[in-house]
Amino acid sequence: MQSLLPVALLLPLLLVPLALLARRRRGRRTPPLRLLVVAGSGGHTTEILRLLSCLSESYSPRHYIFADSDKMSEAKIRSFEQKRAETFSNSQFTLDRIPRSREVRQSWTSSVVTTLYSLLYSLPLTYRLKPDLILCNGPGTCVPVCISALLLGLLGIKRAIIVYVESICRVETLSLSGKILYYFSDYFIVQWPDLKEKYPKSVYLGRIV
Amino acid sequence: MKSVFVTVGTTSFDDLIATVCSPAALQVLQSRGYQKLVLQVGRGELKPALRGSPALAVEAFRFKDSLAEDLRRADLVISHAGAGSCLETLEEGKPLIVVTNEKLMDNHQLELAKQLHRDGHVLYCNCSTLVETLQSMDLSTLKPYPPGQPEKFALFLDKVVGFQ
Repeated sequence: MQSLLPVALLLPLLLVPLALLARRRRGRRTPPLRLLVVAGSGGHTTEILRLLSCLSESYSPRHYIFADSDKMSEAKIRSFEQKRAETFSNSQFTLDRIPRSREVRQSWTSSVVTTLYSLLYSLPLTYRLKPDLILCNGPGTCVPVCISALLLGLLGIKRAIIVYVESICRVETLSLSGKILYYFSDYFIVQWPDLKEKYPKSVYLGRIV
Repeated sequence: MKSVFVTVGTTSFDDLIATVCSPAALQVLQSRGYQKLVLQVGRGELKPALRGSPALAVEAFRFKDSLAEDLRRADLVISHAGAGSCLETLEEGKPLIVVTNEKLMDNHQLELAKQLHRDGHVLYCNCSTLVETLQSMDLSTLKPYPPGQPEKFALFLDKVVGFQ
């Protein structure tokens, strides 16, 4: 039984390189752009809301996804959106929860199982939301969401641009989510020059939070 | 009243609290003109052991919804190496000493604290060198921390999605 598990994980991942080949659609887009934001515990949500702070209302509606065990993100997001609604009259957002894919320091093998479980939720959710753009910055929750988006792209259902911004805490090394999504995101942004050197395909804009 | 604010964020860091409350540390703080010590102890021990009657007024609490007010009132902040604590303090423009917790294994949060120290924004030490740091510190050498620029991210995103 144990040997089936890595195979079960590998199967969807084998589809991902194919999904990557089916990408690279450039050209102008007309607003609005449906935005899916993956929020995470602690500083992740604070950082991602700062990233959103200067976006125009062309990125609307904003669909937030976070882990069911996350107690703090909902309040922060509501507060952010409330303030935004004071400036932009037609501001729209939604909140959805999925099972947490990995606790801090959870073991590798059990993380695979919990991530697959989260995938069972993130896939129908991402299908329903059909975002044009996905923004995430590191919590484990972003892995099943991004895999879902890649699968939907591969199946020709919806092709989303995946933008990953590594946390400002990461100066010399990438987070686990970062190491995975470096290969699967369209744009991978780092906030310190050391990381730009180590990961040449990344984008460096300086400190953006 | 010149005051010092000590914060451990959501962690428990009793070594730091104990060090700051030691007679040696309190003596140094007093000699440098501080009259009040506020301790945010997080999940740690709420009643730090204080020997004799300290020359500073000492207050302690576990958590608050926001530490903004305590940060604003402080003249010096001593903090664990958590990113949130460090950045919030620097954004308030307060001088900061970051104390690393040697008992935490695999602490990636140290990366940010070390970088902030390299860039001259914070002082950096551990519990055993804290008193020495307090003794010799020259806070005027700390450089102000420029805020991040999310507008650059917005411009970048507009460009890559093809809005421009």
